[in-house]
Amino acid sequence: CVFVVPEFPGLGHSGGGSTLLGYIGIDTIIEQMRKKTMKAGFDFNIMIVGHSGLGKSTLVNTLFKSQVSRWSSGWGSEHKIPKTVEIKAVSHVIEEGGVKMKLTVIDTPGFGDQINNENCWDPISKYINEQYEKFLKEEVNIARKKRIPDTRVHCCLYFISPTGHSLRQLDIEFMKHLSRVVNIIPVIAKSDTMTLDEKNEFKHRVRKELETHGIEYYPQNEFDDDMEDKNENDKIRETMPFAVVGSDKEFQVNGKRVLGRKTAWGVVEVENPNHCEFALLRDFLIRSHLQDLKEVTHNIHYETYRARRLNDNGGLHPISANNTQESNL
Amino acid sequence: MTTNIRYKSRIPIKSDETTEEKQYVGFATLPNQVHRKSVKKGFDFTLMVAGESGMGKSTLVNSLFLTDLYKDRKLLNAEERINQTVEIIKHTVDIEEKGVKLKLTIVDTPGFGDAVNNNECWKPITDYIDQQFEQYFRDESGLNRKNIQDNRVHCCLYFIPPFGHGLRPVDVEFMKALHEKVNVVPLIAKADCLTPNEIKKLKDRVREEIERFGIKVYQFPECDSDEDEEFKQLDKELKECCPLAVIGSNTVVEARGQRVRGRLYPWGIVEVENQSHCDFVKLRNMLIRSHMHDLKDVTCDVHYENYRAQCIQDMTSKLTHDNRMESPIPILPLSTPDVETDRLIKMKDEELARMQEMLNKMQQQIHDGKDQ
Repeated sequence: CVFVVPEFPGLGHSGGGSTLLGYIGIDTIIEQMRKKTMKAGFDFNIMIVGHSGLGKSTLVNTLFKSQVSRWSSGWGSEHKIPKTVEIKAVSHVIEEGGVKMKLTVIDTPGFGDQINNENCWDPISKYINEQYEKFLKEEVNIARKKRIPDTRVHCCLYFISPTGHSLRQLDIEFMKHLSRVVNIIPVIAKSDTMTLDEKNEFKHRVRKELETHGIEYYPQNEFDDDMEDKNENDKIRETMPFAVVGSDKEFQVNGKRVLGRKTAWGVVEVENPNHCEFALLRDFLIRSHLQDLKEVTHNIHYETYRARRLNDNGGLHPISANNTQESNL
Repeated sequence: MTTNIRYKSRIPIKSDETTEEKQYVGFATLPNQVHRKSVKKGFDFTLMVAGESGMGKSTLVNSLFLTDLYKDRKLLNAEERINQTVEIIKHTVDIEEKGVKLKLTIVDTPGFGDAVNNNECWKPITDYIDQQFEQYFRDESGLNRKNIQDNRVHCCLYFIPPFGHGLRPVDVEFMKALHEKVNVVPLIAKADCLTPNEIKKLKDRVREEIERFGIKVYQFPECDSDEDEEFKQLDKELKECCPLAVIGSNTVVEARGQRVRGRLYPWGIVEVENQSHCDFVKLRNMLIRSHMHDLKDVTCDVHYENYRAQCIQDMTSKLTHDNRMESPIPILPLSTPDVETDRLIKMKDEELARMQEMLNKMQQQIHDGKDQ
């Protein structure tokens, strides 16, 4: 009998590695991974720290274009300052372009608001470590979940008061204690109180101070993977801390509706790069480095915690004939 | 081939300053962020091939990955093979295509099924698979987890001879020894010696026997409801074609005016990539283009987890007998201990309490004895 032979495309040369005909199709694994990760969805946990009145909640709402912060979840509009630092986490699922993200905003009311603010970062530090502990426990379980629920703090936005002078003692203390435990992204809040020159001078001074105190903010120098990363991150590090303005109100400017703050002398446009660096922050945080924030948290901060924990546990660590591992502490 | 269209690599969209764009937050780029990292790191895949000599395993591997891994191989004759045991030989090759790097490891099992007495000839193979799991388990529980090498076997292609009438006892026993440790994909080898009818009969027979003997071969995951019709159709065809009947070739022949991989016979030319000649294309698509990631996932989430759970349970039960055993995993106080561990701990406590009591009694007796 006669076979009907279907038409099939000409066979070209595949790239590198082999000289025999055809195309294998390895690049399709990207697409396979994409489908799986889209199905699984993403989650992101962001903590906001700064004393009250710096516009933290407004900024987070502006960043994610939704009412995701604590104040919008019906917690009442009495902005009462609590007696101690509280940790309040609120989760929302937001969707865009077919991608579902479970966003958790962790607010820290009471930070920096007391008369005596000594060690006010302790509850925050404790919370962050508790999330690492939770993850660790799940990881060593016998029957562990396929996808361990991730409540670890991926990013901590630290709000600096726009004094125009320098960092406050509390700012330095907080960042010193926590920059080795979590990714800290410092931002200058309510930056519409400074002119361009004042802003640049302030930023320069802040960067110098951070350097003097050995505070590594995200993206940390030591974690740059390769030259490409380093170049990209160097540019970002030179511009940080971003001077931002947040707003959830819209105004008409030149026939377009923009988010902004209306004053007697003009409208501060939040997304206008000439007015403030909100757009830079947003692009950096969400559009290019969101995944990296999670990876640095998982591969570095979490591993540091885990290694310390294992060492503390009476030195119970893998011992075998061909084991060449050592503690990396 | 229509499947190619589906898998065009998606380039990340450059952001545009249109008003529409401004409405978006921008985390729709997340999948691309994830992929950028993976592309940089590259992927790895470990494939095991098992079956008697002469089933065309090496040829098939070369055909699948367009490599020439077995160039300098020396074929043994029967006499040399008599005393040969099953070996495990690894070949590693780095392949790059369209910017994506793959580190491919082929685990070959020469000697399998070649001896006169093939009792338990799969043992070196199951031992190898377990060793890789154990190595990964130790690495994963260690302190420095930065660069863990994943040598776990992601898929095992098992070659069934086309000459028989279905599965032989060694086929059944082998697959049963492995089906809970690795993804087993059975193939009918050298399918060019069978007519289409014979292939169909053999496939039906093998499918029925796999079911009857309770062999858990690799199951393709169900299609999502939102997949397009074309994909669903392909998926259905794939499932109905199992086990796949394959042909491999290291030579290029001229057929219908084109240079193709094939085998030249006096009565015609067998084209490896011709879907009406054999299922090679289906195998390649399944293995590389649609299910490679899933094969790895199932290995990690099912086979490895089973091994790990079993390992931990064995160690926990050993602990009650031997207090001084060093455990390779950090024993953190588990907040949710399972019932079994609880029971064992309780038993141990009671035993300790009894021993302590006995000790006290003895001490008392000695003490009393002394006083008298």
